[in-house]
Amino acid sequence: MKHTLSLFITLSVFWLLNSGHYSLLILSLGFASIVLILFIAYKMDVIDQESQPLHLSPDIFGYLAWLVKEIVKANITVVKHIWLGKQSISPTLKKINISQQTDMGKVIYANSITLTPGTVAIDLTENEIIVHALLVKDIESLEAGEMDHRVTLLER
Amino acid sequence: MEMIITIASGFFILVGSFLCFSGGIGLIRFPDFYTRMHAVGVTDTLGAGMVLVGLMILSPDLLVFAKLVMVLLLTLLIGPTTSHVLAKAAFHNGLMPQQLKRSEQIDIIKNKDDKEKTSSHS
Repeated sequence: MKHTLSLFITLSVFWLLNSGHYSLLILSLGFASIVLILFIAYKMDVIDQESQPLHLSPDIFGYLAWLVKEIVKANITVVKHIWLGKQSISPTLKKINISQQTDMGKVIYANSITLTPGTVAIDLTENEIIVHALLVKDIESLEAGEMDHRVTLLER
Repeated sequence: MEMIITIASGFFILVGSFLCFSGGIGLIRFPDFYTRMHAVGVTDTLGAGMVLVGLMILSPDLLVFAKLVMVLLLTLLIGPTTSHVLAKAAFHNGLMPQQLKRSEQIDIIKNKDDKEKTSSHS
């Protein structure tokens, strides 16, 4: 029930921000389309904690702030190496162990790795992930496990 | 006030454009498929992000601002997904990074085959 409510609120906010017209006719048409979407989503059985991750604690905002900081740092490094040329890079392919238990945690971790320039998650299995990195240093910092630890904390 | 807004947004858009440009240069300069993908990562994240932040500062009302935020969030979700799909497709079709030593390649391929065998049995 709370997932349906969450989807309704999300869709309403999305519709209101995209529309910008607030006459009664337009509003009621919007409401009708939202109800239709809810019905279709219910029929497709996709209203669950996977599409509406309400259980992720408010810590996710702290994690996002930390991630943005890491992305900015990684961007500066990669841009530096783009201008330094290909002699300065040391591409690596390596398997890394992950400590997340839930699917959501694994996806957040793999997506964070790919979102950070300089590292791309290539394949994800039960408890390890294949990562390609532009620099050996990036792989080492992933193996040190700060990001892994922070994502695991989000799971509770 | 007007002045500060113009300067701030100009700064963000300029830096964003420079990052996108660098991403393009990296795409040409880097030696193989996987390293080129890292260069695109710059354009995806901070390049697009800073251009959009610059436009957000210029935006006249809340609606335009909210739409720019939506575009930014979508970019941040779609960027890594497409990079990952590309990398995975290349990897599973046998494209190996150039710099890898021959023995390491065989090691990784062997591990991959073992895993596919076990997963097909179970």
